[in-house]
Amino acid sequence: MALLVSMVLEGAGETDPLSIKDYESLGGFAALRAAFALEPQAIIREITGAKLLGRGGAAYPAGKKWEQLLNIEGSPKYIVCNADEGEPGTFKDRRIMEAVPLRLLEGMIIAGLTFNSPRGFIYVRGEYRRLQRRLAEAIQILRDAGYLGERILGSPFSFEITTISGAGAYVCGENSALLNSAEGLAGRPRIKPPHLAEVGLFLKPTLVNNVESFANIPLVLTMGGEKFLQAGHPQSGGSKLVCLSGHVRAPGVYEVPLGGATLRDIIFSPQLGDGIRDGRELGFFHLGGQSGPLGGPADLDVPYAYYPLRERGLAVGSGAVVALDASVSPVEYLQKVAEFFSRESCGKCVPCREGNKILAKYLQKLQIPGAWTPEDERRLSDLMVAMRRASFCGLGQSATTALASAQKLFPGRFAGASAPAASEA
Amino acid sequence: MPELSESQARAIMADFHDDPQRLIAILLDIQEASGANRVEKKSALLVSETLGVPLTRIYEILTFYSMFSLAPRGKYLVEACESAPCHFDGGETTLSHLADILGVSPGETTADGLFTLEKSACFGACGHGGAFKIGDEAYRGGSRNQIASVIRSYRENSPRLREGLAWLY
Repeated sequence: MALLVSMVLEGAGETDPLSIKDYESLGGFAALRAAFALEPQAIIREITGAKLLGRGGAAYPAGKKWEQLLNIEGSPKYIVCNADEGEPGTFKDRRIMEAVPLRLLEGMIIAGLTFNSPRGFIYVRGEYRRLQRRLAEAIQILRDAGYLGERILGSPFSFEITTISGAGAYVCGENSALLNSAEGLAGRPRIKPPHLAEVGLFLKPTLVNNVESFANIPLVLTMGGEKFLQAGHPQSGGSKLVCLSGHVRAPGVYEVPLGGATLRDIIFSPQLGDGIRDGRELGFFHLGGQSGPLGGPADLDVPYAYYPLRERGLAVGSGAVVALDASVSPVEYLQKVAEFFSRESCGKCVPCREGNKILAKYLQKLQIPGAWTPEDERRLSDLMVAMRRASFCGLGQSATTALASAQKLFPGRFAGASAPAASEA
Repeated sequence: MPELSESQARAIMADFHDDPQRLIAILLDIQEASGANRVEKKSALLVSETLGVPLTRIYEILTFYSMFSLAPRGKYLVEACESAPCHFDGGETTLSHLADILGVSPGETTADGLFTLEKSACFGACGHGGAFKIGDEAYRGGSRNQIASVIRSYRENSPRLREGLAWLY
């Protein structure tokens, strides 16, 4: 299997992102045309067979999500694309929207057709203002060509897509917070159930998928679910866009077949990261965003796919791989992570709002020689449990994931580096 | 201090059909058109009245989302990313170069009212450590001279001066 593939990003950098002709020359819109002849169940069967897992971070099976929405009564149903890409170290949705926006839009139109939806929305983070304009341009081009708007391609199906801007809030990457924000409210998460499939945007049944998930839909239909699955890992089909950053020689977005590359390939292969800069050694890497786990050199040979990583306590998450050289102190790194969550907590619930602040203080204390006590150790551990279990949404629940993994990875550094040994305590 | 006229603000709201569900987009555009990168109280009052949204909800939005400011800021917002991937890959150097070139600390505005320096969370330019953003445009970190050229190109309103300097999006 090749280390790199060109599926979601086929044509990126080589074709005009806003040219329908260029996109069609690569088979663009063949999936949409085919979808018109398929029953919704048949479309979803392909997605389920493809084992396409949600690419935003939660890895929820897309087929299952679509199936659930199909089985829900109620109309209209809305299609929402989560383009709030805010996980530090993640910049692959940006690449899709810059280089192959028509593939994303085709995926959304197919979703619209499947659920006979009148409207789709792309919620783009406020920081990507230039991309919002580009998407709006792409939408207009598709409207002019009859791929969007009234009676698409002469069929009875009509569908519109609108972009919505965020305004700077990491928590809006959480789907229910995103919908609140899309309605013009503060982006705080909603209590679930009811699930968004039942009560979503404007209280209507709603499908929310990530940019990369939508961009995979045309591929699933043109290749067929089975071939899509074969192009990836037996438990998760297709490719994954990896966002490589940190101290590698060649950072960037790379598309790897799921299960076809190891973390070692991603960080060290000359085709990808090309190893650590300045002749230094790899210290550790951070997977899937700030809410993901840390791994070390001993984890390098794990295949990059959802299940093999999960078995090892690691995760694909958003696709972020931040590789840090051995000069970076993991405690200092984790303090930066805690500061991030503390800044981005929406303030709705106490475990997250207060917990992240206290966590940052503990991490600071860990860096003061001789300051750490067994009492701190116990309290930190209680705090982590409380945050994980009592936080309202994924932000607080996953804010301690990186720290918990680091405690295992560097037992001496976190289990009270400067604390007295257990025998003295 | 430049000010947004009432008719300008009304035109922005009309662009969104005075729709309260587009409140965030309206406030973003009002802020952008304000010339001082902030939403003034009189604009907030006007939006509240026109859209029929309570003033408290306007301020909830303005204080919840990090891109809004109540206090006036420079024409250009200069943001240095301080999230972990950038921080450990040149982010501190970029920030200190920016502070040095602009002669201000984070949170402050240059005397000519052109630039406000801010520390920011990740804005998706992580493939190039130590990235910074000016307005809607993101740049990769570089030497002090390179960063100074980018700043100068804005100060002199001459995009030509930043040609060839790594522009990310």
